[in-house]
Amino acid sequence: MKRYLPYLLAGMAFGFVLVKAEAASWYRIQEMFHFQSFHMFGIMATAIATGLASVQLIRYLGRRRALDGQTIEIPAKPPGRKSYLHGGFIFGLGWGLIGLCPGPVFALVGTGSIGALAVLAGALHGTWLYGALKDKVPH
Amino acid sequence: MDNLLYWLYQPWPWYVAGPLIGLMVPLMLFVGNRSFGISNNLRHLCAITQPRQVDVDFFKYDWKEHTWSLVFVIGTGLGGFLAGVVFANPEPVALSPAALAMVESWGFAAPADLLVPPELFDPTVRNLTFLFTAGVLVGFGTRYAGGCTSGHAITGLSTLQLASVYAVAGIFAGGLLSSWLLVPLLLQ
Repeated sequence: MKRYLPYLLAGMAFGFVLVKAEAASWYRIQEMFHFQSFHMFGIMATAIATGLASVQLIRYLGRRRALDGQTIEIPAKPPGRKSYLHGGFIFGLGWGLIGLCPGPVFALVGTGSIGALAVLAGALHGTWLYGALKDKVPH
Repeated sequence: MDNLLYWLYQPWPWYVAGPLIGLMVPLMLFVGNRSFGISNNLRHLCAITQPRQVDVDFFKYDWKEHTWSLVFVIGTGLGGFLAGVVFANPEPVALSPAALAMVESWGFAAPADLLVPPELFDPTVRNLTFLFTAGVLVGFGTRYAGGCTSGHAITGLSTLQLASVYAVAGIFAGGLLSSWLLVPLLLQ
């Protein structure tokens, strides 16, 4: 159990920040897609800049071990284009409607929102549907 | 001490929240060489619950290797509870005047005490059907794209991956279409 504790704490920090940043707010997401405030763009830009700077630092430091002894490797996504564009577009359609992407869904379920639970149930069915149709959609 | 409590109850500005979210990328690498991302958990939850007689290959793998990730989203829920219930912001979401006018023109009341509009999230049959259906798009799309806002927009762009540039372009295009056309059409 002890080895999972850092993940529990990191997840808690993430959920806390998502709610405090109002990234789990439908209102904020509509505001973002209509370019009516810098708030969400500021969050995304500084998050990416921080991630990018840390990853560059990790690369610069060379081979390092993670806490559990594994060698740290920067993950690489499989090559492709269609699946990323199409999948992103379908996900974006849903995100624009209900203003919740997967992280905020879990954070909002934690606040006891029945509506967010319905989104999670839908997202699980959507995931299952993709698994079943995987070989029939272009990649 | 008073100052700290004040901060815990307040919403956080982008220049505090953004870097903290970005730090998840090196933190996950440092803890266990993990790639930060949320939507994979939807697949793991399907793998856990898939009945024997259904048998979709995509969900036949040892999900127990991903327990760390499921523990992370349990934490996300707990963090959401702390921030949204225990240390809930007493003030409504401070939308820009333009956004406020827009949501009101759609027939929504100004934000009150919740992050999400009761007009859309109160558990009526109509709302739950709508939320479930949009959730299907979120679940299908994220798995098709192999990631969501965290895995692509944050981890992917932080590690300079072309795949994530495509994914983010798709996500933003879909979001714009929904927010400009579908939301006014369907929710007004």
